[in-house]
Amino acid sequence: MKTGKIPQQVVVLSLIAVAVLAGFFGMRALFVPESFGKYGHYRADAVDVIRKLPIQYAGAKACADCHDDVAATKSQGFHRGVSCEVCHGAAAAHIDDPGTIKPTAPRQRDLCPLCHNYSPSRPTGFPQILTAQHNPGKPCMSCHKPHDPVPPNTPKECSACHRGIWSQKLVSPHASLECATCHQVPKEHSVNPRGFTVGKPKGNQSCEKCHSNESPPASTIPQVASEHTGRYLCWDCHYPHLPEGKQ
Amino acid sequence: METGALEPFTGYIYPNEYFLQWELLIVLYPYITGLVAGAFILASLERVFKVKALWPVYRLALLSALAFMIVAPLPLLAHLGHPERSLEMFLTPHTTSAMAMFGFVYAWYLVVVLLLEVWFDYRREIVIWSRESKAPWKYLYKLMTLGATDISEAAVRFDDKAGRLITIIGIPSAFLLHGYVGFIFGSVKANPWWSSVLMPVVFLFSAIVSGMAIVMLIYMVTSWIRWKPIDMTCLNKLGEFLLYALIVDFSLELLDFIHRLYESEESIHILSQLITDRLFLSLIILQLLMGAIVPMVGLVAARFGRLPDEMRRMIYFLVGILIQIGIFSMRWNVVVGGQMFSKSLRGLTVYKVHLFGLEGLFFTMGLLLLPVAILYVLLKLLPPWVDGDQDGALASQPH
Amino acid sequence: MSLDRENGGCPGTAAVAAESGCAGANTTEMDRRQFFDTCQKALPVGMVLLAAGTPIGSLASADTGAPEGAVPEPKRASYAMAIDVEKCIGCGRCAAACKTENKVPDSPHYVRTWVERYVMTNDGETRVDSPNAGIDGFPDQPEADILKTFFAPKLCNQCANPPCVQVCPVGATFQTRDGVVLVDDDYCVGCRYCIQACPYGARYLHPEKLVADKCTFCYHRITQGLLPACVEVCPTEARVFGDLNSRSSPIQRVLRFNPIMSLKAELNTRPKVFYANADQEIR
Repeated sequence: MKTGKIPQQVVVLSLIAVAVLAGFFGMRALFVPESFGKYGHYRADAVDVIRKLPIQYAGAKACADCHDDVAATKSQGFHRGVSCEVCHGAAAAHIDDPGTIKPTAPRQRDLCPLCHNYSPSRPTGFPQILTAQHNPGKPCMSCHKPHDPVPPNTPKECSACHRGIWSQKLVSPHASLECATCHQVPKEHSVNPRGFTVGKPKGNQSCEKCHSNESPPASTIPQVASEHTGRYLCWDCHYPHLPEGKQ
Repeated sequence: METGALEPFTGYIYPNEYFLQWELLIVLYPYITGLVAGAFILASLERVFKVKALWPVYRLALLSALAFMIVAPLPLLAHLGHPERSLEMFLTPHTTSAMAMFGFVYAWYLVVVLLLEVWFDYRREIVIWSRESKAPWKYLYKLMTLGATDISEAAVRFDDKAGRLITIIGIPSAFLLHGYVGFIFGSVKANPWWSSVLMPVVFLFSAIVSGMAIVMLIYMVTSWIRWKPIDMTCLNKLGEFLLYALIVDFSLELLDFIHRLYESEESIHILSQLITDRLFLSLIILQLLMGAIVPMVGLVAARFGRLPDEMRRMIYFLVGILIQIGIFSMRWNVVVGGQMFSKSLRGLTVYKVHLFGLEGLFFTMGLLLLPVAILYVLLKLLPPWVDGDQDGALASQPH
Repeated sequence: MSLDRENGGCPGTAAVAAESGCAGANTTEMDRRQFFDTCQKALPVGMVLLAAGTPIGSLASADTGAPEGAVPEPKRASYAMAIDVEKCIGCGRCAAACKTENKVPDSPHYVRTWVERYVMTNDGETRVDSPNAGIDGFPDQPEADILKTFFAPKLCNQCANPPCVQVCPVGATFQTRDGVVLVDDDYCVGCRYCIQACPYGARYLHPEKLVADKCTFCYHRITQGLLPACVEVCPTEARVFGDLNSRSSPIQRVLRFNPIMSLKAELNTRPKVFYANADQEIR
């Protein structure tokens, strides 16, 4: 390489390299969007594009602007947390053009069961029905006002809201026991469930009524000495709604 | 290739996992880049490490690497949702993205390493051909000289030195090229089948194995087509290196497997199901048994056993084909296998190869045949034969 | 698994934590985290330099979220969602509303949010399903052997440390300065690396646009003061949306009073979707 001058190959390749690099930076100057990199490694304009997408759901506040009467009724009832568009569907178009575009108003039995059909996976206390057995064929609205859904008759059975527990109890040795045998249920609970909550048994006494060996003997009920529990509560080990034994 | 396709998908998969995102084309991509890296490393064995026995396949390996390299980005491009935007990877590469580096690693490797190496290696001949060939070819060779027509002794000596320097740069580059492909998968922490520090290393060694095997196959096939004797010293040496690479590759894969099994993380249950229910054929049978263990036995027998040359050639040929199947299966098991289980770790899905369309079998086969066509052109244009015979070269060439 | 309460209150960047003066933010820990973040960004920059000789200044991302210029901008929001698993009734209205609001393809295999049902049986098995994202309800399960069962809504976790953004090769998916991860439909090349990198299965390739698509927290709604569609229609307030940088945001109460976990916390994605009262089987 000690030729004194730069080899021809190097000259040629250097020229090509410079051309390629110039092309690369030229392309960058030409094709990279203007707003790219303003806030970070992205096109800042994309944020505005996404921000300007049309909305479909107007929001309950917008509904209340015109339908203040319904909003007032609803705000006092069990459905106060349920946004209008849950049942009536997306209504932004209706707000833009209230005259011609009307939101849907479900009147059959198809919508309500989505929330109120019984499923053991739903949290206990949530009002649920067995849709197939609950006044079959009748639209829900014929008995329940959707904006203030008070049941026409206060439910007598605890299973109306606690079916999961109830159905477990049904197959347990405790099947014949009323809920109130162990729980103290305030009268108002069935009307105002969250205002008047159900008490749980305070201690082992409620179990000992039947299961203590000092209780009246009954051949089918297992009975234990009071020392059996030690420092534990009975339900620390035995699930009262489905105690072991026969299942 | 298709495993477990008859079974329905089991357990729970996230709704968005119903369709696989990376299909046959992405299986093809690491397979082809692997061939490039492996073929180049084979070439560098002769050039840098002076393994003179490999001289007959040096140029052939270089040209094969180039042919595969030209095809390598095509499956990637074809699988993009918006191929027309692919330039963005060069214009605004995201510095935290392994994939964004692809453009640069590829450009570096193709232009700076492969093309330059071939150019320096052939420049003297190109200049001669540009003077002595007939009309159309003359101009093509003229263009290929890039204007550097000095073939004085000093200039040729410079070519040789530059070529060696590029090969030396090329070895880490080849490691980078394929190690990086492994990193694309190995760095995905969301996917326990991929996420492994060993992934780039396993990819690298499997690349070396597949590249050496393909050059061995190409050498044997081209010799047969040209009715030329195969240099058995070269072939034996090739087989020897192939055996070493295969042993390292197999050990690494085994290490990865044992490590996973021993650490036995949360994902182990679904991954064992994946292997037994979905990948048994492609992983256990094709990749490990047919693609690694049988070739190892074959190579040991051919290299160290007292066998007639005819038998050896037969073994090398079969081993070469088995290794290609095995390495392709390995890419399949990584790419497709990594998407056949749910990231909820609760279920397995299925993948059925389509026949038509961009992700289909026929298109993939086309892409696999394309390098062969390119190689044919390259061999005609830049004859690499060292046996003094140029009958495969252009008729117009004097030489 | 469960997130430290203080951190849960301010999981943003170090800059955000300092700004809001969030109590209990361990400065050393934050600095260390920031240091690693910086290293993470610097490493591949070196690779680019090596490969292309591109100047650092023009390529290195500088998304610090710090206000630029002399005029101080109002404090930026840090949007987040909390999901109270104990309140979810599995009605699937969220998933349905999301499809309407965001014009998500009408197919069970493309969803931005979905509801999973978990059923744990007495023999220790966990069954999960989400037929059509939970939009049409769930088929009955045999009740006899259920130990416990619940619903869990899923969506993009809007990670503070999003793996999808990290892997996007072109900067088509990104984190806005208020912490929401979005996709630029006009820039995405459709390589699907982000879909692979998402641990939560929250992304899909839009079958018509052929770009990656995902939950935006309804960015077009929240930036004009509306709630995300799924939160708007949730009848039991199982989904709560808010601003982590605002002390009076409803999300603060959920974070304060409930045991909180985030999904796949071991991956250090630092989700901004928090799960309250959630079972570890949710993943």
